[in-house]
This record gives sequence, structure tokens and C-alpha cells, in this order.
Amino acid sequence: MEHVNDHKILGSEPKPKRNWLKYAMTWESFLLMTAVVVFIMNSMASPYFLDPWSLSDATFNFTEKAIVALPMALIIIVREIDISVASIMALSSVAMGIAAQHGFGVTSICVIGLTIGTLCGFFNGLLVTRLNIPSIVVTIGTMSLFRGIAYIVLGDQAIGDYPKGFTYFGQGYAFSYFSFEFVFFMVMAVIFYVVLQKSNIGRRIYSIGNNPTASFYTGINVAGYKLVLFTLLGLFSAIAAIMLTSRLGSTRPTIALGWEMGIITMVVLGGVSILGGSGTIVGVVLSVFLMGLVTVGLGLLNVPGIVMSIIIGCMLIGVIACPILLKRILKKKG
Amino acid sequence: MNQLLKNREALLAGVIIVMIGMIAVVVPSFIAPSNLLAVYNDTSILIILALGQMLVIITRCIDLSVSANVALSGMIVAMLNYTHPGLNIFVIILIGAAVGTILGMINGLLVWKLNIPSIVVTLGTMSIYRGIVFLISNGAWINAHQMSETFLSIPRSEFLGLPILSWCSVVAIAAIYYVMRHRQLGRKIYSAGNSPTAAFYTGINVGKMQFVAFTISGLFGGLCSYLWISRYAVAYVDVANGFELQVIASCVIGGISIAGGTGKVVGCVLGALFLGIINNALPVIGISPFWQMAISGAVIIIAVVANSRSERKLGRIILRKAVQNA
Repeated sequence: MEHVNDHKILGSEPKPKRNWLKYAMTWESFLLMTAVVVFIMNSMASPYFLDPWSLSDATFNFTEKAIVALPMALIIIVREIDISVASIMALSSVAMGIAAQHGFGVTSICVIGLTIGTLCGFFNGLLVTRLNIPSIVVTIGTMSLFRGIAYIVLGDQAIGDYPKGFTYFGQGYAFSYFSFEFVFFMVMAVIFYVVLQKSNIGRRIYSIGNNPTASFYTGINVAGYKLVLFTLLGLFSAIAAIMLTSRLGSTRPTIALGWEMGIITMVVLGGVSILGGSGTIVGVVLSVFLMGLVTVGLGLLNVPGIVMSIIIGCMLIGVIACPILLKRILKKKG
Repeated sequence: MNQLLKNREALLAGVIIVMIGMIAVVVPSFIAPSNLLAVYNDTSILIILALGQMLVIITRCIDLSVSANVALSGMIVAMLNYTHPGLNIFVIILIGAAVGTILGMINGLLVWKLNIPSIVVTLGTMSIYRGIVFLISNGAWINAHQMSETFLSIPRSEFLGLPILSWCSVVAIAAIYYVMRHRQLGRKIYSAGNSPTAAFYTGINVGKMQFVAFTISGLFGGLCSYLWISRYAVAYVDVANGFELQVIASCVIGGISIAGGTGKVVGCVLGALFLGIINNALPVIGISPFWQMAISGAVIIIAVVANSRSERKLGRIILRKAVQNA
């Protein structure tokens, strides 16, 4: 009967030691290390950097984009893309401006802005899911359409009179150094993290991105999820529009011009694969901070904005190319 | 006749003719041959860039950096002409084309050798190239009076009744049509886009075809840079800003599926003409330029919806994904 004692009892094997090297090699750790390095470089480069108010001011720069980057990450995970987000922001902002001109109160203005944004997102989602048109083409069209409507409504004017209470969203502080925008972003980031990585909804989103056909056959309502995600993206673009408009205190049709590329860069830099199916909110938040640090640091060094975009472009390609090159070099050696 | 009605390019041509007809009702002078030729001349740059983009889209990639390519090559060309007014124009054009080709090759190499998705590559290079324009020019503009006579006059000078600019696009259309229809390279590009796995098993290097597509797109960008700078007689950082979306829209309207593998040269040219006519007709009818963007966007959406109805669904997956060599 000795051979019975040879059987291992399930669950009694010694647990394998957590491979810290595996954690260190992830994208998120790479981003974290780079962010720390840039933080240190910034502190050395400029004496103004480490001031808490200076840091807090710096967050205004990227928080609006970051708020849109969260649902954009979900969209990219399900293998779609939306380059009309900046135009949705412009249209919401213009709608809010018109409302303000007609004397509406703060709540009504916000509701109007949010509704317009949600409708725009819903329109995108309808075209993608009902008519099966690739999202890049739909959003190229709606990008021009939405901003074009903003231009038709406003022409080349600007609307500047917003009610007093409205400025809190973009310029107000929630507590001490932390602005309302920043606190909102962090709260949303936590909610998105929980939904994406700890809930069934998140698992289904990953599965749709990984293999839409298989997910469909498993009973996941792929079209429904995509429609909801596009609408959500529209809603969050409107939220960012509220914050941006309130921060600037005025509206023009050219508001947030070119922001969609920055938002997509934030998401892709955060480790979300453009081919869909993988990526974490932690990575997106880290990449938001990294891009913010780089932008602020370069700004303190008086680097012009367009040169900053060279560096961001190089970062985008470099951060994606490095792991591939590293893998090749390691393969050749090993 | 039924087949003609179902042919996508024929339908597009029909829509264009109807559109011209409707404009002619409002403004009769629009159909005057000299005006139509002027509209064609105006659209020539869009046609050339759209032909380059067509190759890229057929191979299942996308090139968002084409306008930044035009800006950078154009700034280099303009600066060369400003600092060396005596330099032969054809040398300058060649240098512009070479710069554009190199910029396209960089895109192609990153996509081919490093397998980075083209949308990410071209998003990055778009910012990088435009930033380099700022770096080399320091934000300064190069205006018409700083450019030499011959530099400005070549695209406008006429040859057999058409300006050289129009002839450039005619030559480009003929060249691309010849390559896509009558050369193996064209067939390889179509098959690499249609079914990369099947193409791989046939011995076609899919990545290399994408590299070739990007190189040709870059070459056309470099050539158009000279045409653009000379036509508008100014070179600055924001040259052709946002133009890449018009280029992609022309391809999509012309029936070139973003999923890759299909698309005709005729369709691409018709798509570019469609956008060009709309852009030209709006001011003529008296519609405020603020409406232009919204109308362009609506037109793109309508064209895409119409095209999607007639697109065939992908068939069964027959070949499993091949293991690409590292």
C-alpha cells in the first residue's frame, strides 16, 4: 500500500515563490521607473519643481485629457478607436456656451453639456455597431462633423460669460493642494480599475478585445458593450469639456484642437495594446503621470510646445519598440 | 446596365456628375471647362497623396504622418531655395522627394522590422516630423518674396493647356495604375492586404510590402511638398495641418476598404475629386466656410455608410495564423 502514500494531496504543495523579476519586467514597472527618473531629473533641473503648489498647478495640464483617457482605454481594449473625442469636447463646450449666453444656471449648463456629449458618443456607437463600419473611419467623419457643427454655431467668436459657480469645476480645489479635477480623476481611476480588473464586466471587456467572435459565441453581447463604451466615452468627453471650459472661462470652436492624439498617446503609452485585449488602468494612470511630468519638466526648462511633442512622439515609439528590441537581443543571447 | 449600376466606382462617378449638375443649376459658370480644369488643378495634390495612401491602406496599414511629411520636406525645400537661389530647381525637387522617401522609409521600417502597429508609428512620427519643422525653421515662415522665380512658376506654367501641377497628378495616376494592374508588385500588395496569412504561405513578405507602400507614400509626400509650397508660396510649421484626414477620407469614399486588400485606382481618384469638388463648390454656392468642415464630415459618413452596405463579409478562416519569423 506504499504507492497510496506517494499520491500528493491537492492543495498541500508548497506555494511557488512570487517571481519578483516577473513583476519588474512588466510594462507598469517600466513606466513607474521612468516616471521616478523623470521626477528626479525635473527636481534637479529646476528649483521651482518641488513646490507643492507648482506640482498642483501642473496637474491641471493633463487631468482633462486623463479623464478622457480612462474610457478611451476601454475602447482600445475592445479593438475600437475614437478619434472624435476632442470634437465632442468642442461641441459640448459650445453647447454649454450657448446655454450660458441664454442665462441658464450652472446645473442646467452642465446637464446640457453632458447630454450633448453622450448623444455624440451614442451616435458614434450606433454607426459602429449597427452598420458595422470600422470605428476609425466613423470617427474620422464625426471628428469633422462635430467640430464643424461647433464652427457653424459659433463662427470665429468666443463666448466668455459663464455664471460664477461654474468656475469651480476647472479652477476649484477639493482640499488643500488637490484640485477638484485631480480628485475627480483619481476617484474615476479607482472606479475604472475596480470595474475593469475586478469585475465580470471587465473580464467580458477583455474577452471581447481578445476574440470578439469567441465572445459572441459565449453569449456576450459584443455590440451592446461597444455601444455602451462609445456612449461612456462621449459622456466623459463632455465631463472633460466642462472642466476645460470652466478652467479657461471661455469657449471657442477651436477648443481642445488636436487633443485626441494626446489622449490616445496616453493610453497606448500606458501599455494598452492597440490591437486590443490587454492593458491595465494602473498603466494608463502611470503613463498620465509620466507624460505630465515630462511636459511640466520641459515647460519649466522653457522648451516650446511643439518640441515637447517631438519628445512625446519619440517616447510613444520608444516605449513600444524597447521591449520588442530587448526581447530580440535576449533571444539572440539565450 | 444592371452590373454598371452595382459597380461602386460607376455609382460614385454618377454621384459626382449629379453633384456638378446641381451646382451648375445654382452657378452656371461652374461647368465651364476652364473652371472644371481649375478644380482638377486644385485637387491634384490631394489626388497624388491619396494614391500613396491607397497603397498603405490596401496593405492594412494607415499613414497619419503624410501631412507632416509634406510640411517637413517642404520646409527643407523652401529653405534650400531661400539660401541657394541659384540651385537648379530639379535638384531641389529631387532632394525634396528624397527626404520624403526617407521619412516614409522610417515609418515602413518601424512597421516591418519592429511589428509596431502602423497607427501608433504614424501617430508618433506625425508629432516628430512636425516638431522637426519647428526646430529647423525656428518658427519662422518662408514667404513668397524669399523664393526664387522659377521655384514659384514651375507648377503654374502650362504645357499643352494644362498646368504642370495637373500633369503631375496625371502622371502619378498613370504610374500607380500601371504598377497595380500590370506589375507583380501591385498583385503582391493586393494579396498582402487581402489575406496576409495566405500571402505569407505563397512566399510574399507581407512586412516588406507594407514597407514598400510606406516608401511610395513618403515619396509622393516629398513630391507634393514641393508642389504645395510652390503653389501656396509659403512654408511654415502648420503646412497641411489636418490634411491627412482629407487624404484618408478620399480613399475611403473611393471604396478602398480600411480592412485592406481591395480598392481601385479609379475609385481613389474619384474619391479625391469628390472631396475636391465639394471644397471648391461650397464657396461658389455661397455657403460660409464655417459649414465646410461639417459638410466634409457628413459626406465622409454618408459615403462610408453607402460603401459598407456593399462590402462583402469576410469568409471562413481557412489558414491558421502562420508563425512569422522574428
